[in-house]
Amino acid sequence: MSYLEYTVQHTPTGLRKILFMNWPLAILLIAVASIGFLMLYSVAGGSFTPWAEPQMKRFGLGLALMTIVAMVPIWFWRNMAVVAYLVALVLLVLVEFIGSVGMGAQRWIDLGFMRLQPSELSKITLVMLLAAYYDWLPMSKISRPIWVLLPVAIILVPVAMVLRQPDLGTSILLITAGGIMMFLAGVHWAYFAAVIAAGIALITAVFQSRGTDWQMLADYQYRRIDTFLDPASDPLGAGYHITQSKIALGSGGWTGRGFMQGTQSRLNFLPEKHTDFIFTTLAEEFGFIGAFSLLGLYILILVFCIASAMANKDRFSSLLTLGIAATFFLFFAVNMSMVMGLAPVVGVPLPLVSYGGSAMLVLLIGFGLVQSAHVHRPR
Amino acid sequence: MRRPKRDNAESQRRITRRALLLGGAQAGFAGLLALRMRFMQVDQADEFRLLADENRINIRLIPPARGRIFDREGRIVAENTPSYRITMVREQAGDVDQVIARLAQLIELNPEELDRAMRDLKQLRGDTPVTIADRVSWDDLSRVAVNAPALPGVTPEVGLSRRYPERDNLAHILGYVGPFSDRDLERVNAPEQLLRIPRFQVGKIGLEARQEEVLRGKAGTKRVEVNAAGRVMRELDRVEGNAGADFQITIDSELQAYTHARLSTESAAAVVMDCETGDLLACVSAPSFDPNLFVRGISQTDYSALLENKYRPLPNKTVQGVYPPGSTFKMVTALAALDAEKASTETTVRCPGHLEVADRKFHCWKRGGHGNMNLHASLRESCDVYYYDLALKTGIENISAMARRLGLGIKHDLAMTSVAKGLAPTKAWKQEVKGAEWVIGDSVNAAIGQGFVLSSPLQLAVMTARIATGRTVTPRLIKSIDGVEQPTGYGEDLGLNENHLRQVRKAMFAVSNSRRGTAYGSRVAIEAMQMAGKTGTSQVRSAVVNNNDVPWEQRDHALFVNFAPYDNPKIAVAVVVEHGGGGSKAAAPIARDITLQALYGEDPPLSAYPSKDRGRIRAQQERMRRERLEAAAKEESDRA
Repeated sequence: MSYLEYTVQHTPTGLRKILFMNWPLAILLIAVASIGFLMLYSVAGGSFTPWAEPQMKRFGLGLALMTIVAMVPIWFWRNMAVVAYLVALVLLVLVEFIGSVGMGAQRWIDLGFMRLQPSELSKITLVMLLAAYYDWLPMSKISRPIWVLLPVAIILVPVAMVLRQPDLGTSILLITAGGIMMFLAGVHWAYFAAVIAAGIALITAVFQSRGTDWQMLADYQYRRIDTFLDPASDPLGAGYHITQSKIALGSGGWTGRGFMQGTQSRLNFLPEKHTDFIFTTLAEEFGFIGAFSLLGLYILILVFCIASAMANKDRFSSLLTLGIAATFFLFFAVNMSMVMGLAPVVGVPLPLVSYGGSAMLVLLIGFGLVQSAHVHRPR
Repeated sequence: MRRPKRDNAESQRRITRRALLLGGAQAGFAGLLALRMRFMQVDQADEFRLLADENRINIRLIPPARGRIFDREGRIVAENTPSYRITMVREQAGDVDQVIARLAQLIELNPEELDRAMRDLKQLRGDTPVTIADRVSWDDLSRVAVNAPALPGVTPEVGLSRRYPERDNLAHILGYVGPFSDRDLERVNAPEQLLRIPRFQVGKIGLEARQEEVLRGKAGTKRVEVNAAGRVMRELDRVEGNAGADFQITIDSELQAYTHARLSTESAAAVVMDCETGDLLACVSAPSFDPNLFVRGISQTDYSALLENKYRPLPNKTVQGVYPPGSTFKMVTALAALDAEKASTETTVRCPGHLEVADRKFHCWKRGGHGNMNLHASLRESCDVYYYDLALKTGIENISAMARRLGLGIKHDLAMTSVAKGLAPTKAWKQEVKGAEWVIGDSVNAAIGQGFVLSSPLQLAVMTARIATGRTVTPRLIKSIDGVEQPTGYGEDLGLNENHLRQVRKAMFAVSNSRRGTAYGSRVAIEAMQMAGKTGTSQVRSAVVNNNDVPWEQRDHALFVNFAPYDNPKIAVAVVVEHGGGGSKAAAPIARDITLQALYGEDPPLSAYPSKDRGRIRAQQERMRRERLEAAAKEESDRA
């Protein structure tokens, strides 16, 4: 067992491992999910059906999965990283053929008891594989071009599959999460600087080309960008969602309009009020205090993850924990930016709060890995 | 593979460094989110709260209930009945065509109505409710209500619609309501918010139009909370409006119905007026029309039929129709001469059948002449020559002044549409309007109510009432508004010599009750009910030909005016039968029947009629009673 460079005799075994889990983190997750149940109960007009109850059941299942994943030694998961990545890729291919259409895009496979979204799964498997890759790669080779191109390929394969669905939100999340993993592992600054510079140049070119002979996007795509930049220009069309979302959020004030008193969500002015836009309901009904509290809980989760990662001497564990924390951050940051009108509407759920099975289960499995890393850390 | 220890330590440091950097970036972004949240929820909260309220709160007008109208006995003659309609708000419907298509599957839509609705949907502001289907059945309404979720922006509504239970009997007096149009808008100075409701019903003609503001009432408002599909979730608060004022009119709808039926198929007008108060008890223009058709929106064919009918059902002949008064004007000439002291009650003129004035021969209706005539005999037998002579003595200015004193040639203030002024001509008038000198022949013609003289049946009734009472009785249509009694038409003394009046009345009595009177055939057999009247036959053409030999349009108008009972006048009656022929034959019998009906308040006993007429009258009474019963039954079934 060559990779066991740390002593294992103090590592807890058996069911005793449960006591060594990162309990503050688990309690924070339960707290956030509970806020989700409350909001789902509210948007259903004060009813556990159709959203709150299934969500609670799935969260229970997710907690069980998290615990199971946490009990399995972290080195097992490291060995499984390649397999998991490949399984996710196969599922992404499969979903092209046997997948079902939801919200206008092919996204999920019906497993009978739940609908599996392979794109969700790939977020975790990508982080796992990149963590394992940089755990294996010697420090000296990290910034060599050939060893930089390999992880870029690892990232772009699932991105390409997801883009075909087409799911722009998840693609951007995957790229960003992958980039963050490379950054954490210590790839040289210059690569990131080059990519960012190229990105800015591309965006500038796209805008500059508008109305010229070499226009780079179709007219309707430009109009979409316009609508994002100024939702008021099309308040009843594409800008409707974001306008109504901002009204709901803003009208909450300091303390909100009261539980189940949000007029925007209760009267159906809010779109997708139980999924992507659930944060606006929270902000409308509980105001700045409620919305800020949720943001605070999210930050605390990040803090506990980062602290756990920094205390962990195992490179794979650290990278994995930080990667999952970063993915989690991206979820809520993009979602909140979206409903506040800071980012285009790309369909990213609010983690642990939005109604939806796959995303929550995958996220809880991810936190299971974080717990496993915490439980099996070298002592 | 065993990793060198240094490498591990070095990589740990680098991960820690970059983790802190990333954590810092994340914290920074979270801070940005918190700031944005604070900005929107605290600094801009009021703005967004306002927008949220604008989203959810609609202010809607509550149309007031229109004032009802009752007759003098308290019978309702214009009421509001609940009616169901389907309205649609474009903004909330989204895809209008799709929603209409769905609606068409549920209920039958009238294509004409739908066309108009589609036009309104396109033209009007997106937030105004447009009526898609009016007067739908309860079944259709509930079908729409049940399917409401599939029909965004569509609302089943309960409204009030106007109904006239007396149908054509009171059509000209009440008028009717119809949707407010652009043409109406021009007449209104400061259009009320209410009038912006599409197809809001306003009075178009008659009392409904003349008293529109009072009948309409004041709109209330309610604030309702609506959801994103525009469906009303709850009412937040409401400010009640005021219903329009209830009116009571002076018309006795039973007498009105009888009078209308008695005029039957003629093109005619009849006015029954209370001599004391000026109350119009009946005011009938025949033929008539059903105002309910107009409320519903009359079809083009029905409307053309009304327009093309040569008997002209639409205008109100009692006040709008002006006719040469013919011999009914002779009382005016007589009183003018007496008042100006150009003649006395004993003045005698010989009638040779004509009178030559300024090289023109003016004929008496009796070619053979009446012989020696005094005032009494000349009125009784309607000798024309006697009045030609009076006119030459008295002059047109005196005659016209007397006509105006008696209520002819002046406009009476009534809540009716197009009340005509008629004409009591003067020299100045002819100079101004015709641009010609007044000639003596004009005065001669005017003396017998021909030539330029024009009067409406209403004016003739007023004249008769004034002669009967000696006071300036003025007509009254509105008895009370919201229970407040309106001033009556009881007038001051006319200032005429009582003896002159008595002589004229006596002569009028003779017209109806002396064997030589022109209306002796239409006398009343019961003494207490006897009437005093005057026949009139006004020429429509100049050549003297027998009425039966010319087409209807060229026959003479038949007129009759009377008051009754003679010794204690209660009512004044004027009847004009257009192109009816002689006044004694065509108008007097009608006037007598109406008079008796008004005095008895029901079908008069047969003993009121001369014995030889009783068989005919009984048959007539039975026929009319049957007809009224049938009409009542039809009304009853229509209501159900």
